[in-house]
Amino acid sequence: MTDSFTTDGVVDNALRFRDDEPHEEPAVTLDSFLGQSNATAVRLETGEDARALLPHLDRLQLIEVSFPVFRDGRGYSAGRILREAGYTGELRAAGDILVDQIPHMRRCGFDSFAPDKPVDAAVLQAALARYDFVYQAAADDRTPVWKLRHG
Amino acid sequence: MYKYDQYDQSIVDARVAEFRDQCARRLKGELTEDQFKPLRLMNGLYLQLHAYMLRVAIPYGTLDSRQMRMLGHIARKYDRGYGHFTTRQNLQYNWIKLEDCGDILADLASVEMHAIQTSGNCIRNISSDQFAGAAADEVTDPRPWAELLRQWSSFHPEFSYLPRKFKIAVIASDEDRAAMRLHDIGMQLIERDGVVGAKIFVGGGMGRTPMIAPEIKDFVPYEDLLSYLEACLRVYNRHGRRDNMYKARIKILVHEIGAEEYARQVEEEFAHVKTLGIDPPRAELDRIAAYFADPAFETGVSDDIDCSDPDFALWLDGNVHAHKRPGYVSVTISLKPIGGIPGDASADQIDLMADLAERYSFDELRVTHSQNIVLPHVKKADLYALWQHLHAAGLGESNLDLISDIIACPGLDYCSLANARSIPVAQKIASRFADMNRQRELGELKLKISGCINACGHHHAGHIGILGVDRKGTENYQLLLGGSGAEDVSLAKITGPGFDEDGIVDAVEKVTDVYLANRAEGERFVDTYRRVGMDPFKEALYG
Repeated sequence: MTDSFTTDGVVDNALRFRDDEPHEEPAVTLDSFLGQSNATAVRLETGEDARALLPHLDRLQLIEVSFPVFRDGRGYSAGRILREAGYTGELRAAGDILVDQIPHMRRCGFDSFAPDKPVDAAVLQAALARYDFVYQAAADDRTPVWKLRHG
Repeated sequence: MYKYDQYDQSIVDARVAEFRDQCARRLKGELTEDQFKPLRLMNGLYLQLHAYMLRVAIPYGTLDSRQMRMLGHIARKYDRGYGHFTTRQNLQYNWIKLEDCGDILADLASVEMHAIQTSGNCIRNISSDQFAGAAADEVTDPRPWAELLRQWSSFHPEFSYLPRKFKIAVIASDEDRAAMRLHDIGMQLIERDGVVGAKIFVGGGMGRTPMIAPEIKDFVPYEDLLSYLEACLRVYNRHGRRDNMYKARIKILVHEIGAEEYARQVEEEFAHVKTLGIDPPRAELDRIAAYFADPAFETGVSDDIDCSDPDFALWLDGNVHAHKRPGYVSVTISLKPIGGIPGDASADQIDLMADLAERYSFDELRVTHSQNIVLPHVKKADLYALWQHLHAAGLGESNLDLISDIIACPGLDYCSLANARSIPVAQKIASRFADMNRQRELGELKLKISGCINACGHHHAGHIGILGVDRKGTENYQLLLGGSGAEDVSLAKITGPGFDEDGIVDAVEKVTDVYLANRAEGERFVDTYRRVGMDPFKEALYG
């Protein structure tokens, strides 16, 4: 992700935690995705059912989930649902995203971010490194403390 | 008492560093108030009318003397020498400076405490029965289950931006001392075929649309509990209303789609979530439960109490609760002195209660949702000495569950949401009924006051409820009758047009007169109301 940082320490608004090449095809709406057979990128608006995508995950390379206002947390569930169903492509959170929300989004399976406002690199790095332990299993590979306690 | 291990401590310490950093960014101007607000609201820091208010979590209302003393220390050092115990079994400081917050959280972390998720649209502090682990009528101690939920809900990545705040209560007896069915999720631990599990109620709450939670599932065993709760929360997070903050609580979702349909959706989600392996093994519950093992109760201790001091006898009659062990009781310390602020305690009183807990109650204290303090395990032989200490410190009020044991929100004296003051009304009512003989004659009478429609003062659940509203720029008080937050849960009904500040005190007196004139043998105020209905009360108030 280091190449996403610009020289003045502010991250540009395409923040990725993936090694593959960014997907170039623009994301289409859910309706048009479901109506055509060849699209590989889709954008989910809040309120749209992430489960509508489950039959098509194998051909998707990018799913963009909209966060129109930071307090609308439906996208966190959408992210987990997609990862729990085995989706491995790029999962992008886009919209009104606060830097302090990105760690939770990472845990819900998001691996790229397109925040409306630029994010401070140092603050983000500190936020991502802050917690050595987590209490619950989620869509990332972190081990919950109950498992550390009981092996 | 639960003790942090290295993982718990690491997480809480990291939170201190994180919030200290967020406060510093705000103080340096790197964050605007708009940007800071969602961050501080995840940590119980509110900007009130006069200052910041910090709400400290007291998980399931249980704490030890070391923690209690720290609350006193913080009151003295960073506040104006007081703490305010809340209906969520938490503690609030009303006069906090932003630049002190990092140090306060560090002080709290040093005694295994925090302010995590005491506000915000997330899962709040888990509440429970103040007599947990002591009550004679419990199936099991609910606190290990509550601690399990505390850990699961802390920094939950999926459920930190819910449509609205989310409150969970866990009890383990038929008698409900925690207003369980007025929570977003209420859990009653029950035993079935020798196995303890949870009966689940979803969609209760107070606020502007009060609702009693319907039963959603008759029995969830430990092995499925977190999966089931995740399913409950996920259905809410995805489908709860976000278009109107007043319709965003889960009770509205459950009401609009119906309890049966909500339960069906939860079952469907649960069938999926259960496959994810997120439920901790039984060994984790056992590990937590070991911390809540009984203290070293003495055996063969006397049940006799010398009641020759009449003031002591009065207190003893009202403020103790049956204990599971012979020779012991649970003691409730009233934080409702006549003319005082309900739930307030001075730093010195907090210290004294800590000392008394150490000396007489195996180092344990509890906070009740009625804003009082409990010493859960007191030997009967020590009661007189204990009472003398309390009495000398102004903590010997013997008004538990009587009309002056009032729940009141901070109201317009502090709160930026309030429409009317609550505290002066509570003080005037308590003063009107200051005569203990009169209070005892009226018997159990739960009076609850909220300074606005958000109902933090539980007015819907009061035998007598009072709601402060703003009527054309003046404070006006509506009277409600017949609510209960206990196992006989019910929602209070409004009597009619409201009253001014003195008028509401008179109105309360009038309805108590109606009760006295109409009661049958053994009836409490609320029983008489339920039998005779609203009319005689209305007639006395408005006729």
